[in-house]
Amino acid sequence: MQALLILLLVLVLACALAVAFTRDLLTCAVVFMAQSLMLALIWVLLESPDLAITEAAVGAGVDSLLLFAVLKRIGAIGPGKGERHGPREK
Amino acid sequence: MARVRNDFEGRRWQRFRAWLNEGDTSLDSLLMDAVDGRSSAPQPAPSAPESADPGAVNHLPLSAVQARRARAEKFSRGLYRTLAVLICFGLIGVLLATAAALPPFGNPDNPVHNEVSRRYIEQGMAETGAVNVVAGMILDYRAFDTLGESNVLFTAACAVLILLRLGVSDRVRRWERDLDARLYEPQNDAILQTLARFLTPMALLFGFYIVLNGHLSPGGGFSGGAVMGAGLILYLNAFGYEKTARFMNYRVFQTASCAALTFYAAAKSYSFFTGANHLPSFINAGIPGMLFSAGLIPYLNIAVGLVVCCTMYAFYTLFRKGDM
Repeated sequence: MQALLILLLVLVLACALAVAFTRDLLTCAVVFMAQSLMLALIWVLLESPDLAITEAAVGAGVDSLLLFAVLKRIGAIGPGKGERHGPREK
Repeated sequence: MARVRNDFEGRRWQRFRAWLNEGDTSLDSLLMDAVDGRSSAPQPAPSAPESADPGAVNHLPLSAVQARRARAEKFSRGLYRTLAVLICFGLIGVLLATAAALPPFGNPDNPVHNEVSRRYIEQGMAETGAVNVVAGMILDYRAFDTLGESNVLFTAACAVLILLRLGVSDRVRRWERDLDARLYEPQNDAILQTLARFLTPMALLFGFYIVLNGHLSPGGGFSGGAVMGAGLILYLNAFGYEKTARFMNYRVFQTASCAALTFYAAAKSYSFFTGANHLPSFINAGIPGMLFSAGLIPYLNIAVGLVVCCTMYAFYTLFRKGDM
């Protein structure tokens, strides 16, 4: 159990560093999501299931969805990448 | 008339984008000239009216303008980088120092293990009727704090609503965004729709379960509401706005969150006057472990769950589309 906890902590640290050093915004959001999921597992191991459920639902779920929505809104992801107002030109 | 205006704005937007992406130099020099004219206007005071006219004066050679722009960009970028690294290391230092000063995890002599937590753990179930001690704490002993938290969420939702909701006068933008959403939303994505058909009921049911069993098992209003909101967002993404707008629109959001918050405030805001002391409750705490037990806690859980679910859904639709 201790080994699993240490592995998860190392992975959380790796994810945090990856978020800081990734250029692609979509990759950042997905890595952030993975980090939240691992944090939720750590909460389960630390015997606080209340926090784990909230972390999984808010951190990994709704938070990342909001990040995706913002990325789409600013035109950083999606088929309209860099060409958001393309259909208006025809 | 509206069409003409629209066309004009479209052309201007295209030109701005060309400047942003490809570095359209004609607009660039025009802009720089305007800036130069304005900044150099005060020194030669008598000839100010002419030099304020953009494009008419100070036609610098293009390469000089570009060189100046590049130099300014390089300088500000270097400054930002240095400052960002410095602030980041400062924050890391402060956080590491704080973490090093914390008492060891799980030590029985830690200052958090005082008579308050002992009372909560030893007599919480008997006093609140909740098997889940955490629910007893946050919705009975400290229901006051949770009221504040719900209000924070509600205020955040109001702020997002004020900032992002499009008014009636923004019809052009609304039309544009609708077009955008309809073109790029994966409306008929078979994989997403098939999965959503299975997952949405499960997510919603699990959310209801977490909310209703908040006083019996881990979870409660906040986590259950977040799960329900995530289920609604999944349904929205798979089947589009028309389907969800049937049961979840601005009016429903308004009614549900206001009613839930009002109920919560009516039930618990007496703490403002009694200083978080308890009033004797006329609701029987019931037998711990039954669904209908623990006094007000299940109802407060439902209220918090409603607020959280509505807020999460509203956040998503407002960020995505600017409307509900």
